[in-house]
Amino acid sequence: MAVQTVAGTTTPQDASPANPHGDAFGPAAALSCRECGARYPLTPVFACLECFGPLEVAYDLPLGDPEHLRKQIEAGPANIWRYAPLLPVPADVADKQNLHPGWTKLVKADNLARELGITGGLHIKDDSGNPTHSFKDRVVAIALEAARTFGLTTLSCSSTGNLAGAVGAAAARAGFRSCVFIPDDLEQGKVVMAAVYGGDLVAIKGTYDDVNRFCSELIGDPAGEGWGFVNVNLRPYYGEGSKTLAYEIAEQLGWRLPDNLVIPIASGSQLTKIDKGLKELIALGLVEDKPYKIFGAQAEGCSPVSAAFKAGHDVVRPVKPDTIAKSLAIGNPADGPYVLDIARRTGGAIEDVTDEQIVDAIKLLARTEGIFAETAGGVTVGVLRKLIETGQLDPAAETVVFNTGDGLKTLDAVSPTTGPTATISPTLAAFREAGLA
Amino acid sequence: MSASVRIPTILRTYTGGQAEVSADGGTLAEVIESLEKNHTGISARVLDDSGKLRRFVNVYVNDDDVRFSEGLATAVPDGASVSIIPAVAGG
Repeated sequence: MAVQTVAGTTTPQDASPANPHGDAFGPAAALSCRECGARYPLTPVFACLECFGPLEVAYDLPLGDPEHLRKQIEAGPANIWRYAPLLPVPADVADKQNLHPGWTKLVKADNLARELGITGGLHIKDDSGNPTHSFKDRVVAIALEAARTFGLTTLSCSSTGNLAGAVGAAAARAGFRSCVFIPDDLEQGKVVMAAVYGGDLVAIKGTYDDVNRFCSELIGDPAGEGWGFVNVNLRPYYGEGSKTLAYEIAEQLGWRLPDNLVIPIASGSQLTKIDKGLKELIALGLVEDKPYKIFGAQAEGCSPVSAAFKAGHDVVRPVKPDTIAKSLAIGNPADGPYVLDIARRTGGAIEDVTDEQIVDAIKLLARTEGIFAETAGGVTVGVLRKLIETGQLDPAAETVVFNTGDGLKTLDAVSPTTGPTATISPTLAAFREAGLA
Repeated sequence: MSASVRIPTILRTYTGGQAEVSADGGTLAEVIESLEKNHTGISARVLDDSGKLRRFVNVYVNDDDVRFSEGLATAVPDGASVSIIPAVAGG
């Protein structure tokens, strides 16, 4: 059993420790340190007591007949809960009050493929279709269930915008109080989306990294007692939500893996968990074991992981962000070292693009596929183009590129260069004069 | 010279549950050495076997991340506030 010493801390265990919450976490067996392997009970802790390393959920996954599991999943609801047997959630999670995110479109992008010279097939995993229009609904849904199990009553986070909206909405649906923290320079669309759900929204004077630091201190203060910070003390559970992106892509491709995946990097959590999900699919026999390459995408104005990759380093030196891609503007990415490991292990790469290239890529995706991406989507599409141009990504291989949010949230990025073709009087003559006939 | 050090939850087993303690030293390295004298074992949690800051520990001296300055050699002015924070949050 866990030995409670100080609020929020538990002692490490050698093997799978007994969990105090029964089967509320489904197949999850323990929390495990990615650095030193120490194991802990399933509690709201996030850093290893031994080495400060990140804790992640370890599983006793349902090894058995893959065909049976595939059918069970296919018969499930059209949201992430179809994968409940692979997630740290109770079996009846689909009956609980949450936003039921996921099962977003995998769009075959033939027009964009032609434009970029991709011949092996290109798909866009368009996560703007989630309830609050970003992939964050996936991770929040898992964290919310953990908060419910732990008896936490306030849902909170540090956010670059999308997460604040996802937490506010999930808390509203589930009847939790929410109090979320953002930098004070975010896009208006994201601020409004975070505030409209009625919880408390606090703008902090500083960068995202300042906000994140504040939240990390608040969690250790009596003022933060009983709070579930989805990306701090609930982060091990929260991160697991990103695995569902890997599961969905494989299932939507007919239970197989693509050759290449181009994924945005902020903290790096999403990329590392997509890799974890792909490895689980292989281990469970749900897909054929084949190589895949993971490519990371950053904005040049916040590219600490890309810089480390190009320099051959295995540590990431923090930077002070300056980019329009605010949802990726994390200068001190928690999972940066693991992202480097994954890109190198799989034979992928990490690239970055300028703000101008991000805007061009947003317009390219909109013009070719009718998908209006937020700036993070501009980063991934822009990086995809750069990877092809520089010979780092094989255009004859099948590629999935991620759009993690809706362009309506970042209108500021494109509005200076996007608008009416012409403003005319309501007459046919004026229309002809404008050269549009 | 004395500094006030904020202790994260996971290290409070070493400080008897105290969230804030005082320590002496003109540099971060000296402050950690001073912490170790009064709270045995805490240094090995913050520093790795080669004596460097562990990669998942963030340390701030008066709001400045020491990685942007001199790391363990960062000056700690008298009366400064030092914060030790797990780096694995956010995103």
